[in-house]
Amino acid sequence: MRAVVTVTGSDRRGIIAKVSNFLFERNVNIEDISQTVLGEQFAMIMMVDASESAADFAALAEELENMGKEIGMNVRLQHAAIFDAMHNV
Amino acid sequence: MFNQFDVLETIEMVEKEHLDIRTVTMGLSLLSCIRGNAEQTAQAVYDLVMKKAENLVKTAEGLSREYGIPIVNKRVSVTPVSLITASFPQKSALIGTALDHAARELGIDFLGGYSALVHKGTAEYEREFIKSIPEVLARTERLCSSVNVGSSRSGINMDAVRQMGEIVKEAAALTKDRDGLGCAKLVIFCNAVEDNPFMAGAFHGIGEADTVINVGVSGPGVVQHALKFVPEADLTDAAEVIKRTAFKITRAGQLIAKEAASRLGARFGIVDLSLAPTPARGDSVAHILEELGLEVVGCHGTTAALAMLNDAVKKGGVMASSRVGGLSGAFIPVSEDIGMIESATAGKITLDKLEAMTCVCSVGLDMIAIPGDTPASTISAIIADEAAIGMINNKTTAVRVIPAPGKTVGDEVEFGGLLGRAPVMPVHTGDASKFIGRGGLIPAPIHSFKN
Repeated sequence: MRAVVTVTGSDRRGIIAKVSNFLFERNVNIEDISQTVLGEQFAMIMMVDASESAADFAALAEELENMGKEIGMNVRLQHAAIFDAMHNV
Repeated sequence: MFNQFDVLETIEMVEKEHLDIRTVTMGLSLLSCIRGNAEQTAQAVYDLVMKKAENLVKTAEGLSREYGIPIVNKRVSVTPVSLITASFPQKSALIGTALDHAARELGIDFLGGYSALVHKGTAEYEREFIKSIPEVLARTERLCSSVNVGSSRSGINMDAVRQMGEIVKEAAALTKDRDGLGCAKLVIFCNAVEDNPFMAGAFHGIGEADTVINVGVSGPGVVQHALKFVPEADLTDAAEVIKRTAFKITRAGQLIAKEAASRLGARFGIVDLSLAPTPARGDSVAHILEELGLEVVGCHGTTAALAMLNDAVKKGGVMASSRVGGLSGAFIPVSEDIGMIESATAGKITLDKLEAMTCVCSVGLDMIAIPGDTPASTISAIIADEAAIGMINNKTTAVRVIPAPGKTVGDEVEFGGLLGRAPVMPVHTGDASKFIGRGGLIPAPIHSFKN
């Protein structure tokens, strides 16, 4: 299943490594990464495929969010369908 | 395909502009629950709601987490209860209590459908049923009630209008320790719709399938924010911005509605294309109108701005959803919208202006506190005026006013949560009791004969 991971917050070192590692451990495949810095805000967006992950999607999202809190970032995992629906006719 | 800006825009809508799914409402038919007596019927109703809506809250919370969109309310609407208590109307309260009990057990926010449809005439069992409404609303917590007193097709049942003025007063009196909270759970409609997911007026129409998911979207803050980027745009361009924004909001609703229906084994009913405010700052329909260039909502120009907003929301929404219904439009409840509250407190918006606004938007005079000593006949007259607007203009209109017990202009009522707070607004003091006392039926308008 296609999903999107977004990480926002103040820029700091090691964020990509931390999030990538977390996803790797849970068998979530990263297909694409982009990042931008808006002022002092860092925003990273990852397209991922979570269909091989054994974990329940909602539980995975919660776990990722909690991991984000530990490093002081907002981390979200969402179905890609919501963005497809809202931004395509 | 979407790009990174689309992703960030969606996240900003949710986190900064209050984009949410206001409600996922499961409509349930109770017709299979009718038994030989009230006690057995109440048990059957309780069992049915507990079974069918068992996973509603859990499913909605799961969807919210997976899609990253808050779902604020999980609700149930049921067949108008007067229809299933027709053979024991004096015991209707038993059904109301059973429904409220089920709602509490399941963690459902509101359950609507303690309702009667009397738009052409009131049967004796319906008159008895309606009498039970104030006490049932006082004794229950999550149950909502509505009565349809008119339609474009049938005219206005003025006997019911007269009765409802008295019922509103009684509902206030029985909840006087809570600022008349009972009235916040009671709506009087003209042209009530059968698939409305919003409270307090939701009920599950008899033309519906037995289990249906209807979704109401929200997002006044998102629309206001989008308009901030085009401060000098003319109104054609501003309408276009609103349309595009409404499209995005509604698409989120459509996705959640379809997914919820599939997971709950129900039919996908409709998406209600509404802009529903909350008392939170940044979630106000009034502030959209002010963003369009009005100094304060309620000033001259408000009706035109609202008409444009309402129409643009519908145009964007219709394109975004395969099934549209419910009340669909901008809501203007006074107590539930911070911009309305502030304007009303400052005396900048009047009941008359609100009435004019209801001609061009969804739905009616909503969540308005009026002096506690307002006579029942004046409340009936307010209902009649609003029903007339609905009847003549082929639209749904409604009245949800709270004659605040012991309070008068200058005081405030406070309900908390989504119901918010409201200053007591003045009503006209001229006497309409003779007009209301005439009763009968205001005949159906000429344009009802379309065959």
